Amino acid sequence: MSNIPGELKYSKSHEWVRINDDGSVTIGITEHAQDLMGDMVYVELPESGASLNQGDDCAVVESVKAASDVYAPIGGEVLEVNDALADAPETINSDPYGEGWIFRMNPSDGAEVDALMDANAYEELVASED
Amino acid sequence: MAKQTPLYEKHIESNAKMVDFGGWDMPLHYGSQLEEHKQVRTDAGMFDVSHMTVVDIKGANVRDFLSRLVANDVGKLKIKGKALYTCMLNESGGVIDDLIIYYLDDDWFRLVVNAATREKDLAWLQSQAEAMDDVTVTERGDLAMIAVQGPNAREKVYAAMGEDIREATRELKPFHAVLIGELMIASTGYTGEDGFEIIIPAKAAPFTWQMLLEAGVAPIGLGARDTLRLEAGMNLYGSDMDETTTPLESGLAWTVAWEPADRDFIGRAALEKQKGNVPRKLVGLVLQGKGVLRAHQKVICEQGEGEITSGSFSPTLGQSIALARVPAGTGDMVDVDIRGKAVPAKVVKYPFVRNGKSCL
Repeated sequence: MSNIPGELKYSKSHEWVRINDDGSVTIGITEHAQDLMGDMVYVELPESGASLNQGDDCAVVESVKAASDVYAPIGGEVLEVNDALADAPETINSDPYGEGWIFRMNPSDGAEVDALMDANAYEELVASED
Repeated sequence: MAKQTPLYEKHIESNAKMVDFGGWDMPLHYGSQLEEHKQVRTDAGMFDVSHMTVVDIKGANVRDFLSRLVANDVGKLKIKGKALYTCMLNESGGVIDDLIIYYLDDDWFRLVVNAATREKDLAWLQSQAEAMDDVTVTERGDLAMIAVQGPNAREKVYAAMGEDIREATRELKPFHAVLIGELMIASTGYTGEDGFEIIIPAKAAPFTWQMLLEAGVAPIGLGARDTLRLEAGMNLYGSDMDETTTPLESGLAWTVAWEPADRDFIGRAALEKQKGNVPRKLVGLVLQGKGVLRAHQKVICEQGEGEITSGSFSPTLGQSIALARVPAGTGDMVDVDIRGKAVPAKVVKYPFVRNGKSCL
């Protein structure tokens, strides 16, 4: 069973969301998602300062096998992107919830954050897809 | 329900991620596709290729039959054991499949065709054989096939399978095979590395696989098989060519034998017609900008549009490479449409990698 940290929120499209102390959120893809994709070889990051709506395709992760869109789990403004991934995309495989984060944003609507899945709900989603 | 090869249990034991491939339950990888790719380029790896279709063609007229059936000339096979890579064409010159033909005896040739094309190939072979006296077509479902590839492949095969195999293959030149009892060992492969393809009775396959594992040959999945063959510049049927493309448009003109001029192989008339004026060609691409080349991306060239037929990240080169079908006369640089952005790519001769080294 893949690792699903209890303190994070999750989207149906397999992004995780960490709510930071300053109210910003950090976003990445889940261990389950990186496992399905395999070895990462390229990441296309969002633009810092970009304004996103919930569900926008805002980044691309590419493994040896395939390219996959990353969707904004919530709307808001992109504050920072993880530039280190450009040279080390495999960090998403080795540390998906830590150093493998993709971008940080300022949510525009707290209700969207509240509506994300908790770890239990996400675990059920993963189980239902297997 | 997908079919399983005789090595299915061995894959499960090695924690393979299994996927459906042409109706077969096959290993995609055993953990990391990149590690497996590197293993083959630097040491030795093995592939279960038992899903591929082995067909024995026997009879007094087998040479005449094959001479008409395929675009390359079996007349080149003069020494027993020699192998020939060729395409089997339809009347319009389209590729029904690509295959290897092994000359095993005067009345016995062995064909290895693709897994995904099994049914149409067997039907085509049977229908062509009906028109010919004394030719039989027999699928060898009782056999398994293991490819062991990499710079250390030969030594590890000897360690696993015994010194008599070393003796029997001592004189084996590239692209030849030798029969040792029920075994066939061929110096062929799909990776651009040294090694063997071993055809073995299905019942004996799991034991041999285990011996190879214990000799330090790592199992390699279909994922790495695809990146290895792409680096080696080897076509994949269904991606780089199919029934709508001729060998001349698929980088396979070298497999078409025009001489002798009176050899009337199926598709010859269509190829003769296209010969002086082939509209499209298959080229290698190396991406110059960021991203990864993928099959079906649009290629934009001065002469018009083309399409990527196979594309991936190249683990050996650390950049993205592809095969693409482009208009004849395409120059040294093209653009590739990657998610709406035009990214430049250099047109190169392939292979990209041979014997572990970059050819760029």
